[in-house]
Amino acid sequence: MTRWQRSLAQRLLQAGLVALLVGVFSFLIMRALPGDAAYRIAAARYGYDLVDGAAAAAVRAELGLDGHWLPALGRWLADLAQGRLGVSVVSGEPVWHELLHELLPSLGLAAATLALVALLGLPLGLACGLRPGGRLDRLSLALAVALRALPPFALGLVLILLFAVQLPVLPAAGHGDAASLLLPALTLALPLAATAARVVREAVAAVAASAYWAFGRGKGLPGAVLLWRHGLRNAALPVVAWLGVQAVLLVEGVVIVETLFARPGLGHAMVHAVFGRDVPMIQGTALLLGALFVGFNALVDAACLALDPRRRDEAAE
Amino acid sequence: MNPADSSQTPGPPHGLSPAPPLAPARACAASGRGLARPLALALLGALALLAVLGPWLSGHDPRVQQLDAVRALPSAAHWLGTDHLGRDQFTRLALALRLSLGLALATVAMAALAGSALGLAAAWRGGWPDRLATTLADAVQALPGLLLVLLVAAISPGDFGPLYAGLALALWVEFFRVVRLMGRGVLQGAPVEAARLLGFGPLAIVRRHLWPELAPVLLTLAAFGAAAAVLALATLGFVGVGLQPPTAELGLMLIELLPYWREAPWLLLPPVSALVLLTAGFMLLARRGHAP
Repeated sequence: MTRWQRSLAQRLLQAGLVALLVGVFSFLIMRALPGDAAYRIAAARYGYDLVDGAAAAAVRAELGLDGHWLPALGRWLADLAQGRLGVSVVSGEPVWHELLHELLPSLGLAAATLALVALLGLPLGLACGLRPGGRLDRLSLALAVALRALPPFALGLVLILLFAVQLPVLPAAGHGDAASLLLPALTLALPLAATAARVVREAVAAVAASAYWAFGRGKGLPGAVLLWRHGLRNAALPVVAWLGVQAVLLVEGVVIVETLFARPGLGHAMVHAVFGRDVPMIQGTALLLGALFVGFNALVDAACLALDPRRRDEAAE
Repeated sequence: MNPADSSQTPGPPHGLSPAPPLAPARACAASGRGLARPLALALLGALALLAVLGPWLSGHDPRVQQLDAVRALPSAAHWLGTDHLGRDQFTRLALALRLSLGLALATVAMAALAGSALGLAAAWRGGWPDRLATTLADAVQALPGLLLVLLVAAISPGDFGPLYAGLALALWVEFFRVVRLMGRGVLQGAPVEAARLLGFGPLAIVRRHLWPELAPVLLTLAAFGAAAAVLALATLGFVGVGLQPPTAELGLMLIELLPYWREAPWLLLPPVSALVLLTAGFMLLARRGHAP
């Protein structure tokens, strides 16, 4: 098995574990709901006006709701394994349909965030790393510490108050145009970019202190060529690996920021599903967010392998 | 700040899943800059004192409303003023601190105990207990921490129990991984082999060989975990899926008082600063002075 296949297999296993975990907890939420599940499901199926004892009894008999919890859990997980996520209790739409509807705005937010992180963090880190200990370096360290100490929702609030209320230049909520994307993406991107700058700085400083860098300089390579040939790829590795660790923050941040800025998206949908006790939607959104998390990590694995031939060779053993 | 020391990746993550960079164990034994730890302890001690004694000092009932004195300025009777429902802000702040601190300590204690015990068992026994526990840890870590807490808390929204269980469930993995990894290293080392040959029992090995190595790392992890728990509780409260009003909780107080930020900014300041000071205290405590 090559290194590529092994890392892919690991991630697939992880995705399976996510599904299992989400399924079990969704089942527990379902069981903990107050009231008679049979009545609730019957109401979801036939409408509230048409539910009576007979309809509930039919549902109960059909789904075996009277039985022991273990076979019920088995059926629940079997449904999940076949991708049958059911129907949203609140809107009556199939969960898959709703998820597809919410997926794009979330992906857009994540992509805009990553773009901002690259745009802000990389040049700053590069500049700091080439002159470690300089004024810019110390300034960016202080900035990183301050930004990371602030909880993301507090940062979002500060940005709203600054740019939407005091200087009304950007909308605080809404969705559709680029302007409304900017504040939420900034809320997510600022702390990440500040830390990214530090990670880039470490990586670049390490490369700049290495023997091959000194050799390249000794050969008389001009700065830009030196950076291009010997610097970037070596420095990129720790940065890409770090991105994988930050995927947690990205997914968690999406949930918070979407709720704060009232943007449509998976996180927003999940929080509202919790409000409405909409178990199929809770399960669906958690599942998809978890899958995105694992998928992002798989991409990072692949990028690391593509960047570093040494890792690929490890596979031989 | 000494630029030579700046190689620390600053701060733990915001959400759950604290993943501090794992430095070699011995480097963390000395707490580096000397001042950070006493400062953190003083800060946390002051906050704990406020949390424990605050309601008794102020003498107010946090549930009593004075509707003729809504959003009052700080005064001799109400040290931090009254909130939008005329309740004493100081008492509510103290209770919220009590909740955050209590929850953080309780979840971290639970996570540390369970995670370390499992990690020790996995390191000691190897074989199938090791594989089982590692798979369990992988499963938990495959889901971002805040999502896990949200899922568990959704079993019974607004209740303290599931929130506590969810946080502990998200936090134990870190302890498990570190104890398992470091424990295995120590147990395979020459000193432990010598101790075994001399006939020392497992208890002596844990106390004399494992504990001194693990303790500083566990303390760091615990402090990061506590900061993460405080932030998670506030975040869930702020989003509205954590504890429910009228509980005094930092995130809830923030979202309740936010509409009045222009008329009564002094009401917003105490919960924000309490949150920042609490997390800053735990992070300072966690900070280790490993030289690059």
